[in-house]
This record gives sequence, C-alpha cells and structure tokens, in this order.
Amino acid sequence: MINKQVSSAAHAVADIPDGATVMVGGFGASGSPIELIHALIDQGATGLTVINNNTGNGEVGLAALIGNGQVSKMICSFPRSSQSKVFPQLYKEGMIELELVPQGTLAERIRAAGAGIPAFYTPTTVGTVLAEGKETRDFDGREYVMEPWLKADYALVKCETADPLGNLTYNKTARNFSPMMCMAAMTTIVQTKNLVAAGEIDPEHVITPGIFVSRVVEVPSPVHEDTLIAEGRSYP
Amino acid sequence: MNTGWTREQMAARAAQDIPDGSYVNLGIGIPELVTRFVPAGREFIYHTENGMLGMGPPPAEEDRDLDLMNAGKKYVTAVPGAAYFHHADSFSMIRGGHIDVCVLGTMQVAANGDIANWSTGAPGAIPAVGGAMDLVQGVKNIYVITQHSTKTGEPKLVEKCSYPLTGAGVVSRIYTDLAVVDVTADGFRAVELAPGITFDEVERKTGAPILPLE
Repeated sequence: MINKQVSSAAHAVADIPDGATVMVGGFGASGSPIELIHALIDQGATGLTVINNNTGNGEVGLAALIGNGQVSKMICSFPRSSQSKVFPQLYKEGMIELELVPQGTLAERIRAAGAGIPAFYTPTTVGTVLAEGKETRDFDGREYVMEPWLKADYALVKCETADPLGNLTYNKTARNFSPMMCMAAMTTIVQTKNLVAAGEIDPEHVITPGIFVSRVVEVPSPVHEDTLIAEGRSYP
Repeated sequence: MNTGWTREQMAARAAQDIPDGSYVNLGIGIPELVTRFVPAGREFIYHTENGMLGMGPPPAEEDRDLDLMNAGKKYVTAVPGAAYFHHADSFSMIRGGHIDVCVLGTMQVAANGDIANWSTGAPGAIPAVGGAMDLVQGVKNIYVITQHSTKTGEPKLVEKCSYPLTGAGVVSRIYTDLAVVDVTADGFRAVELAPGITFDEVERKTGAPILPLE
C-alpha cells in the first residue's frame, strides 16, 4: 500500500545534498513552503541552486535560506521587492549568482522538464538583451527564441490538502508554480495543511496527481511569510 | 485652466477603448486605475499573472485572504465566476494570444512601438523582469499609460529607446497627460488632445516626429 507520508519536515528534507538544485513553490509570500524551507536551514545543505519566482522577503523563509549562506545561485524572474533585502545585499557584494528568466518562460521551462520536452520556442525576449546568444527560428514569419527545460533534484511545495498517495489540491493563488515544480523535480516534497484518506479528494478536483509527488508532510497550521514579517521575525 | 489629463483621466480615457467582454491585464501604477472607470454597460474580466481570471477589488483589511494576491503581491478578491489556475496555464493565456488588452506603464516608448519598462540598464542595478516580456509579446493589444515627460522634463515618447527593450514593435496606443497617440507605420500620430493642450505643445514635448490629428 503506497503511503508517501513522512513524519516531519526535518525527515522530509534530510537527504538534500550540498550542491543540489531545489525548486521552491510560491509567488512572493503566497504558497511559500515556509516550514520546509526552515527545515532545510536547520539541515544545513550548502551550494544550492534555488528556483523560485522571487528571492524571498524579510529574514524568514527563502530570504533566510539565502541569508544563511546556503544558496550559491538563484534562478528567478523578479529578484527584488519592497521587502527584500537579503538577496540584493549579497548580489551587490558578488556573493550570489543570478539567472534572470521572464516569468512565463520560467513557468514553461519548468513545465517542459516535467513533460519530457527538452526545449521549446517562445516569442518572449525577441529583440531584447535577454535573447542575446540564444538560438532563434522563424515560424510562420515570426521570430522565436529557443529555451531549454529546467529540471531540479528536489522541489519543496506547499499545498492545501493531500492524501497518502500524493494527490494534491491548492488554495487560490497559492497554487502558482507548484504544480509544474512537482512534475519537474526528481524528488518532490510537499507540506500539506490537511492530510486526508485516499478517496476523500474528489478525483475531478485533484490538481497535482500523486505520480508527481514523493513525500508528504502534514503541517496543520502553516505560518505565512507576511505574518512573520509583520511580527518582525527572523529565522533561525 | 486646463493643464492636460490627471492620472485618473488618463486611465478613464484608456478604459473607453476597451470593448465589452474583454479579458484585460493591468500593469502596476496608473494602469491599475482603469478598474475604476469601466464605461457603463461594459464588463471586463481581469487576469492576474499569478493565476486568476476574475480578479476583484482589494478587500477590507479584516477580510484579507493570505492566499489571494495579485501579481503586484497585493491582496485582492475574486468576483463571482472567477477561476484559479497555475502559472503555466496563466502564461499560456498570455503567450497564446487569449488576453485581449494589456495596459502598461513605461519608462520609454518609441515611434516604432518598442517599449522599455523593465530596466534602466544602470551598472549595479539588480535586473528584474517579471512577466513584462511575456505580456508585450503575447497580448493582442498593448496600450501604454504614461506621463508625456519624465519628472526632469525628458520626453518618454522617443525616436529610439535608450533603455534596454522589453519588446520590439509591440505598442499600438499611448495615453499621456497631454494626448492620445497611436503608433502607426509612419511613426507617432496624435489622435486626441487633452483639454487645453495644443498640438504644438505635444510636438515640442515628444522626442520623435509626430503626425498631427487627421
């Protein structure tokens, strides 16, 4: 009988090695798997390449992972925001590498990896500096840029409800990149607010089928990045 | 005395050009004001890149849902009939040509429709592009709302963008505090002047040749 539940966030992230590529779900604070990220801070893996739309806020969650010196490279579309200070500081000091990817291209590169498609063509970036050095091709008289798939060793994702088979549903705009990240990583680790028995999620309502999920951790009262920042918290 | 259009009047003027039933994506800043000026009898459905169609106005603070944000990371609401989806579907709507209108702010826009609104290219600046390059390539109609000049009096409507491009040849119409300007095969053309504004003033403050009203 398949049961992907693991006992704790610490247990779930224990085998992430130094130098791993890790996708982290979430768009800003929305959908960010704070408990899994904090477990990775406690675990201490370094030299990580992290894929997320942003670079975290305040001194909790993804920003804290970066601030703890565990990330050597960020792949993202928007590395700054009103409350991000950790990444900008390290970037200006030359301590962290940045690969800037337009948001739709980032989503599609991740999706392509999960779908077994090594590259695709997109009109995004044509005529801009972000297309420099990239292969281009005409289709029906319009120019497109080739973009490669984007794979990862691990994905850390937050969902609303999961079952032991790894079937997932999300909550509103907290879904964002997570379904594609589940598909694109070798090992997908999910924290869920609700863990229910198999069969309790209507099969018509499953957003991420369990085949894309490796481990499920129940986190019944997940903290929210905005709440932690408003309280002036930092981690560890 | 008339001194051109306010931010609200620019947004209201842009809203007049959006047909009933349009799927609309709005950039941050003045474009967000468009929602306040939907003409009577029309319905627009708002798309936000982070995974929703049917975005509604901001909630009262006590009604905030921490899992319901827009692409500007502000708390929003969902209108009846809204739909949630993941990022790959969201950008399929954009790149696949399913969104009718995108209204954006900008730093510069050129007479050939080039737009530069993501980076000044200054050394040491942290580049951040978000979804801007996907939007300008994928959405059917790209409208720009912007002041005609920068705070220091430099033209924002130019012959050629000096900042790095977001997209080449993509803008079709520009709403400024002074005029509505179309991007045509022959360059800029004024199509409407704000009250009290002369074509001479628009021409003087535009950094490229501009054709008068027809």
